[in-house]
Amino acid sequence: MDFLQPAETQALMLTLRVTCVALAVAVPLAIGCAWLLARHRFPGHGLVNALIHLPLVLPPVVTGYLLLLALGRKGPIGSLLSDWFGWTVAFTWQGAAVAAGVMAFPLIVRPIRLSFEAIDPRLDQAAASLGARRLTTFCVVTLPLALPGILGGAVLGFAKAMGEFGATITFVSNIPGETRTLSLALYTSLQSPGGEGPALRLTLISAAVAFAALILSELWARQMRTRLEGRDA
Amino acid sequence: MLEVDVTGTLGAFDLDAHFSGGAGVTALFGQSGAGKTTIANMIAGLVRPARGRIVIQDQVVFDSARGIDLPSRARRVGQVFQDARLFPHLSVASNLTFARWAGGRAATRSLDEVVELLGIGHLLKRKPAHLSGGERQRVAIGRALLSDPQVLVMDEPLASLDQGRKADILPYLDRVRQEANIPIVYVSHAMEEVARLAETLVIVSAGRVLAHGPVADIMARVDLGSATGRHEAGALVEGTVSLADETWGLAHVDIGAGQVIQIPDPSLKAGDQMRLRIRARDVALARERPDGVSIRNILQGEIMDVSLETGPYAEVVCRVADQTLRSRITRASAHDLALAPGTPIFLMIKSVAIERRQRANLTA
Repeated sequence: MDFLQPAETQALMLTLRVTCVALAVAVPLAIGCAWLLARHRFPGHGLVNALIHLPLVLPPVVTGYLLLLALGRKGPIGSLLSDWFGWTVAFTWQGAAVAAGVMAFPLIVRPIRLSFEAIDPRLDQAAASLGARRLTTFCVVTLPLALPGILGGAVLGFAKAMGEFGATITFVSNIPGETRTLSLALYTSLQSPGGEGPALRLTLISAAVAFAALILSELWARQMRTRLEGRDA
Repeated sequence: MLEVDVTGTLGAFDLDAHFSGGAGVTALFGQSGAGKTTIANMIAGLVRPARGRIVIQDQVVFDSARGIDLPSRARRVGQVFQDARLFPHLSVASNLTFARWAGGRAATRSLDEVVELLGIGHLLKRKPAHLSGGERQRVAIGRALLSDPQVLVMDEPLASLDQGRKADILPYLDRVRQEANIPIVYVSHAMEEVARLAETLVIVSAGRVLAHGPVADIMARVDLGSATGRHEAGALVEGTVSLADETWGLAHVDIGAGQVIQIPDPSLKAGDQMRLRIRARDVALARERPDGVSIRNILQGEIMDVSLETGPYAEVVCRVADQTLRSRITRASAHDLALAPGTPIFLMIKSVAIERRQRANLTA
């Protein structure tokens, strides 16, 4: 990538790494939460739902600060992670991934939940009458039918995680090479004198990544629709 | 062999069903909301009875006294739902073999055989969205047959189809009945399907079994009129084709003691076993042998029972050659003819009004 300057490459690669790690953890968790919320009624259903949506309504700075309180070196969860595994998330790129994942989570859960709700639950009865266990039914019936929603959620989550700013800067600060993602790099450029040129370049890079992701997901969605609905052979 | 003895609740009323079914088709017949589907779902393990016992082919699948309640997937009940419930993302072929690759069921029946039986060979690569309603039901029946079932439970498999499609599928159901070699529970509110397919009839009304037994016996009973439906009331008569009259396209069906019913069907051959359904409203009565009428079927019999209702109708049960026929006439006619048990009587049936089905190599 000769046409990118080293600092830009660094920010781009960091952003992709943070986003991919955030999605890799958040999407499977979101599938579980969405399935729980769509198919089950349990005590605390409303509370779980509200907790998942909290990052959507809280100011990002507040979410970032709460993450710092909980996961910081002295925080209740942060100290445990540090004692047990020697992990530190505050002020590291892993922390940036946590912030991105938390902020994107409600956006990922929602489309997946809607697609679970659109699947006829009586298909489970049919599968059971044919001898399938519940886990098998989930893997070969429910999950494939929910794929369009999962893809939709992942795309929304990708966009949110890529552009995450407020919670990230509050939780993990703005450290070059560690937590300075594209958005933070753009902000930094604008803060320094004569930074308009670099800011414009970063803007173009961000736009290119987002555009590429959108096209890829559209192609994948089209292929999936064909597979799900089928064409006559 | 199927034994059902269950109680439970069903919406506003209690369900209390006790019956047994042998080989062939056991029809659960009754109006919508009578509890037929709930009973079928209890057999399949989708609904749990409050108390009772269900035995399928010597296997106790539910027994509240002994704490036995096999889950649906362990029961080997091949279910055919009213709405087919095919898996929309899988091809017809993958739907058919689902029980093998996802359910771990044994491949006791060959896929080719079932595909051939139901005439669905040309559909194998399609997705369910590209099937007609009738094709979907045939695939659903095939999927159930290929799950190595001990009993087939069909819950109104024709109810969502229009008349033409129903007529297309009935022959396939007939073939499944003959070749599946397992008991079939057939839930329906349509008497013509029941009369055609069933050997045992279970009449369900408001969560209770009003009567159960061989289909001809149950259909001949006048006291079940309100459950079987006035308009639909009738009797089943069995016989053998003694003569195929090609000139007029009529088949003569000998129903015993030399009595013959002629039906318009040029496709039948001498020796074919027939089951005829004769609706009570299509049977007229006469004290003397009538002369100069268009009606070809004039049978001689004896009145067994006359039930005068409070309305304008009367229901007459007659014995003809050891079989039972029913006639629905006006109360005024019954009075004018002085009909009473023991009276010799002539029964007149229009040939074109008779519903029939050929009974080929029926397994006992």
